[in-house]
Amino acid sequence: MRQINYYQAVAEAIQEEMDRDTTVVYLGECVEGRYGDRTFEMPISESGFTGIGVGAAIAGIRPIVEIMFLDLITVAVDPIVNQAAKIRYMFGGMASVPIVIRAPLGAYVSMSAHHSQSLESWFSGVPGLKVVLPSTPYDAKGLMKAAIRDDNPVLFCDHKKLGGLTGQVPEEDYTVPIGKANIMRSGKDATIVTYAFMVQKSLEAAEQLSQRGIEVEVVDLRTTLPIDEETILNSVGKTGRLITVAEACAPCSVASEVAAIVMEKGFDLLKSPLKRIHAKFAPIPFAVNLENHILPQTEDIVTVIEGMLGCS
Amino acid sequence: MIPKDQAMKVYRTMLSIRRFESRVEKLLMENRIYGPAHLYIGEEAVAVGVCANLRTDDFISSTHRGHGHLIAKGGKFNRMMAELFARSTGYCKGKGGSMHIADMTLGMLGANGIVGAGLSLATGAGFSAKVRKTDQVSVCFFGDGASNQGIFLESINIAATMNLPVIYVCENNGYNVNTKWATIAKHPDIADRALGLGLPGIIVDGQDVTAVYDTANEAIKRARQGEGPTLIECKTYRFKGHCGVWGDPRDPEEVAMWLKRDPVSMFANNLITERLATAEQLQDMELMLEKELDEAVEFAENSPSPNLEEATTDVYAETSMTIDTTDQTKPTETTPGQDLVSKYWEGSR
Repeated sequence: MRQINYYQAVAEAIQEEMDRDTTVVYLGECVEGRYGDRTFEMPISESGFTGIGVGAAIAGIRPIVEIMFLDLITVAVDPIVNQAAKIRYMFGGMASVPIVIRAPLGAYVSMSAHHSQSLESWFSGVPGLKVVLPSTPYDAKGLMKAAIRDDNPVLFCDHKKLGGLTGQVPEEDYTVPIGKANIMRSGKDATIVTYAFMVQKSLEAAEQLSQRGIEVEVVDLRTTLPIDEETILNSVGKTGRLITVAEACAPCSVASEVAAIVMEKGFDLLKSPLKRIHAKFAPIPFAVNLENHILPQTEDIVTVIEGMLGCS
Repeated sequence: MIPKDQAMKVYRTMLSIRRFESRVEKLLMENRIYGPAHLYIGEEAVAVGVCANLRTDDFISSTHRGHGHLIAKGGKFNRMMAELFARSTGYCKGKGGSMHIADMTLGMLGANGIVGAGLSLATGAGFSAKVRKTDQVSVCFFGDGASNQGIFLESINIAATMNLPVIYVCENNGYNVNTKWATIAKHPDIADRALGLGLPGIIVDGQDVTAVYDTANEAIKRARQGEGPTLIECKTYRFKGHCGVWGDPRDPEEVAMWLKRDPVSMFANNLITERLATAEQLQDMELMLEKELDEAVEFAENSPSPNLEEATTDVYAETSMTIDTTDQTKPTETTPGQDLVSKYWEGSR
């Protein structure tokens, strides 16, 4: 199969959907001409043009709004959380809000505190929203297409660090369903539940552990709202151990939610206490040694799982 | 000028708002309905003067003070009253209430609990008309308070730049909740801000429905012909406190002065002077509206509250994908990329 990188896969999905459906438009900063004449250049007014996207969506078109970095979404939270997510419900089902908000996230890129954050947890508890974080080029294309065709507001977070990741991506049309996790690697000894760039770190750790005879199952959530509880619980049922790996800080996070799901619905499945691997509780620093220290690394995952299995 | 054959309809709509809001006030005082309800009494000429120029397929966005906008766009007493009574027959099935009342079939994009939020929503509706290549226009009703939100500048700047068919109608009633305009802003006129954004800014007497009609007519014509947005500032006044029956700390002398400029009776006098109606006819109209309101209250009170199952419906739209999903169960091969952040721009292009 043809190989392209993750960013190319996202771009291909958008271009194909814009060719297929003339109501799909693209709005953002420094985007002029990117996807043809339905790409609209916006001033640095994230709140304004996100709200314009929401208004346009309820009035009959399907906008994709690009927020250059997820961090910048902080000034556009009203149109997303108060308007897009709630309009259908507030209006008793009278309106749909088919908008995609595309916002690259993530650290490990020496861009410090305002261009590195993982804020997906904030949005993953908002009724009415969907939150999508693909980890492979295949998923990036299929989930972007699903997000565009979805009649609900979808926050689509592509990870900056995954942009260059190449992989097999079909040239033909396909979608990846929103809300379905993917087992990236099978194993019997422990389950890692992760998403976005941390899938790569988890797979690296699983490979290293495999060489020492420990077989780890890696579950890529792909979407954090909704969360695929069934896949998580089935995997934990098989392995008896749960480790979450996320780039965000731990308090009130997606990882906390996964942990709570397993405690409520799968407590008896666990052979040992679950463990969350996450960023230390601080903003993302600039100095690379500090940044690496703050963020989860492959060795951290290996160490935690070895400890959990009593084979350090 | 309001066409003569439209004048009675315009008056009837103004009076509908006045009678509806007065009924709501009474129902609040009697504790028959609950929650916040921001009354539009005193500002009727603005909504009606503007909406009399609109088509059903045009859009309006509203504010927390939204009943008047919905009535002006064609909203029905029954369903509005049912929503205020939190009944399942209301416009929003009882899930929205006064502050989220909407009718998408009339292009009314909802009252809104967030001051200023409608500015970008109406701009977006205008943008959608441009993308869909229709001649629909979009009207944004907002208050003086919203004009100090950042979204005011962001939205209007984009509309001006893109020449969008949007008419920004500021209902300047002089107060941000209970705070006088002069306390929170240096310059008295919001219309002047248009100059810095590159669109016409016009001040109009918001108590004079004919003046509002004429100004809006011109702006809407321009928008429909692709000549871009206009900012209209209507100087007006609300005759009641900020919210429902929660009291009014304003100077009673100031209120009394504005009551002399009641848009409904001013227009009634015009109709009588110009012999378009008799006082008796207008009196009959009021009685008829009161009867309709009696029926609306009865309709609401006889309607059921929403079922508890409704609490968690309408959160998401069912999405039917046009193409079958073929989910892969096994991951495809991937190759770790170089650190591409420096190439982020290229990659996404």
